[in-house]
Amino acid sequence: MKVTIDNITIEVEAGTTIMQAARKIGPEVAPPAMCYYEPLKSSGGKCRACLVKVTAGSEKDPRPMPKLVPACITQVQDGMIVENAINEQVIETRKGVVEFLLLNHPLDCPVCDQAGECHLQDFSFEHGVASTRTVEERNTFEETDLGPHIKLNKNRCILCYRCVYTADQITDGRVHGVMHRGDHAEISTYIEQAVDNDFSGNMIDVCPVGALTDKTYRFKSRVWFSKPVDAHCSCDKCSGNVILWYRGDEVIRVTSRKNEWGESLEFICNTCRFDRKKTSDWTIEGPSKISRNSVISANKYGANLIRPAFPIQHAAQNFKQIEDDRDRSFLNIPTSLPAAEK
Amino acid sequence: MKILTEHIDVPNIETIDVFMKHGGYQAVTKALKNMSPDEVTEEVKKSGLRGRGGAGFPVGMKWSFLAKPEGVPRYLVCNADESEPGTFKDHYLMAKSPHTLIEGMIVSSFALGANTSYIYVRGELMYVIHILEKAIQEAYDKGFLGKNILGSGYDLDLYVQPGGGAYICGEETALLESLEGKRGNPRNKPPFPAVKGLWQCPTVVNNVESISATSWIVNNGGDAYAAIGEGRSTGTKLISVSGHVKKPGVYEIPLGITVEDFIFSEEWCGGIRDGHKLKAVIAGGSSVPILPAELILTTANGEKRRMTYESLSDGGFATGTMLGSGGFIVMDETTCIVHNTLTFASFYHHESCGQCSPCREGTGWMDKVLHRIESGEGRKEDVDLLVDVAKKIEGNTICPLGDAASWPVAAAIRHFRDEFEWHIEHPELATKPGAVYMRPGASWSN
Repeated sequence: MKVTIDNITIEVEAGTTIMQAARKIGPEVAPPAMCYYEPLKSSGGKCRACLVKVTAGSEKDPRPMPKLVPACITQVQDGMIVENAINEQVIETRKGVVEFLLLNHPLDCPVCDQAGECHLQDFSFEHGVASTRTVEERNTFEETDLGPHIKLNKNRCILCYRCVYTADQITDGRVHGVMHRGDHAEISTYIEQAVDNDFSGNMIDVCPVGALTDKTYRFKSRVWFSKPVDAHCSCDKCSGNVILWYRGDEVIRVTSRKNEWGESLEFICNTCRFDRKKTSDWTIEGPSKISRNSVISANKYGANLIRPAFPIQHAAQNFKQIEDDRDRSFLNIPTSLPAAEK
Repeated sequence: MKILTEHIDVPNIETIDVFMKHGGYQAVTKALKNMSPDEVTEEVKKSGLRGRGGAGFPVGMKWSFLAKPEGVPRYLVCNADESEPGTFKDHYLMAKSPHTLIEGMIVSSFALGANTSYIYVRGELMYVIHILEKAIQEAYDKGFLGKNILGSGYDLDLYVQPGGGAYICGEETALLESLEGKRGNPRNKPPFPAVKGLWQCPTVVNNVESISATSWIVNNGGDAYAAIGEGRSTGTKLISVSGHVKKPGVYEIPLGITVEDFIFSEEWCGGIRDGHKLKAVIAGGSSVPILPAELILTTANGEKRRMTYESLSDGGFATGTMLGSGGFIVMDETTCIVHNTLTFASFYHHESCGQCSPCREGTGWMDKVLHRIESGEGRKEDVDLLVDVAKKIEGNTICPLGDAASWPVAAAIRHFRDEFEWHIEHPELATKPGAVYMRPGASWSN
């Protein structure tokens, strides 16, 4: 099947979604995703961040689709033509989605634990506008604990339902979900029940914002001060492939490994995540691959290092003859020497 | 011409004996004994009956889209979750004459080959649910429901399911989720219910009024039904009238009468209450665009507007509206459009399921901004802000609730912008109790 996205044509299998096809081409044409999470079945379609314009439905029926469609759940047809970053309507709508998502989301990134690895932060930086049009007060909720390991801040929650799907599909029983409706909807447990099972920690990893945070890590460090290192252990519950986040010699956090779209492909167990925090528990593989654009790579592994070749070249190109003051200094003028030495 | 409400005022019509005395259940006998399911579907197609729930999609065509894989059950679900502000026709019909719906359910289920069917009734109507359950028991006792109905070999079980009272569960996929016992969130489409509906099986969801009309169509033929009405708007429609008319209530009208006749003639609404003038009408339930007096009576090109799907939507949203579900709300000159719009915005804010972000956040935003304008704290830029927010919700949501929430706001500003601006510029006048803006020179002001 051939599909054209932003004038780039790619061959994909039947049943591929527009999102998957666009990600195959590359990050330049991949629509943003706030709720869609490829490893989780039936996720997506909710945040409307990935709305794209289909200007031709298929080879057989080349009529454009009347509405913008969510790229994450719309399957491609042979000969489909999609516009993402080049379509004015899509860009305008996306600005609107950013605005809607931030409407009740506190703009306190400097004190938020997720800052630096927050998808909403990236999304609003790339697609939003710098100003706000609202004067309304934000809806607020109380902070709560979801079991012994996870802190829930409902103010930051964007209701992507990822943690709900994770609990449904990864853990052996979901005890939390979405209560109430509309903008007063909230993530909550069933009658104050504790979320406690071996894979509950993955809810923290799938959360795109700072709503679900790791209680063993909260406020210990900004993410860009820690060093991510790939490591593994032989675990009888999960794959044991993780990222260790070091601050100095101390492992301050353990998370699952994520692909370039920020999705965990292997979920890890709570023992690995919360209890194995010594280097001796792990076999170190080497530094994790982090996008160069990410703030996490700042000052690490040469990401922002100025290469030595560059300043030399720069100096050579910008060389100017400079006047040497010493030529005129009295010290060099023989007559100014003390008389005694003459 | 009355089809659904012909015998509605007969005493005890809710009992099966009285109902059968007035020709009830003849359609069941006729369809099950003399017709094949395809023949019933064909008659419904011929009748041109369109979905009475709001969208107006042809019922026969919807039925023909139903996937029929071998060995997979099919379902018919009746959408009786009527919760649109201004619409109360199904409530009236079910409470007064429950057997009309049950007869229609049997005939329609037979046409679709469904052996289990559901009537999903909104939770607030508990007394209607009791009436329906009693009527269903009567139908079981007479052998119109259950195994081998009338010896035809066709089995049907009919259940009534109360909803939890959420507006969103009137959206067909949210209704199916709720019927399955889950949270009533609309599903992503495709797949459509005709392919994967209730419990992932092919399902048809129809409105009470649409299903009720099918028994008359079986009795009298699709052509007889198509002879009533006008053009592609065939048959009769129940209109629930509320607001400042002399005789509010539920009326069954043949489609095609003029709006002017409907509002002012003695046969129907009997005109605006004494001493007042018509200001605006919401023709099809709270979600359709409001129209000012001059545009509801005549279209933009000067024709008399008629009660049909086509005529009411003539001119698109710029100068037209929709027939919708038939919730006809009439307002006289004492109505403040800003307040009215705020009421609707608050309703949609409260009823948004919160699944997709434009609707979840946008409905709340519009509600808050309108509340500020109404209470005299509006800013100049708020009117354009509302238009822009409505535009960014419309068409970008999973289900039509986003559209339904944005249309009334956008339309009110489109036709009554001066009234919003007056509220913002003169908060001291606008916040006085009962204060209403009078547009200079308008037909309703003097």
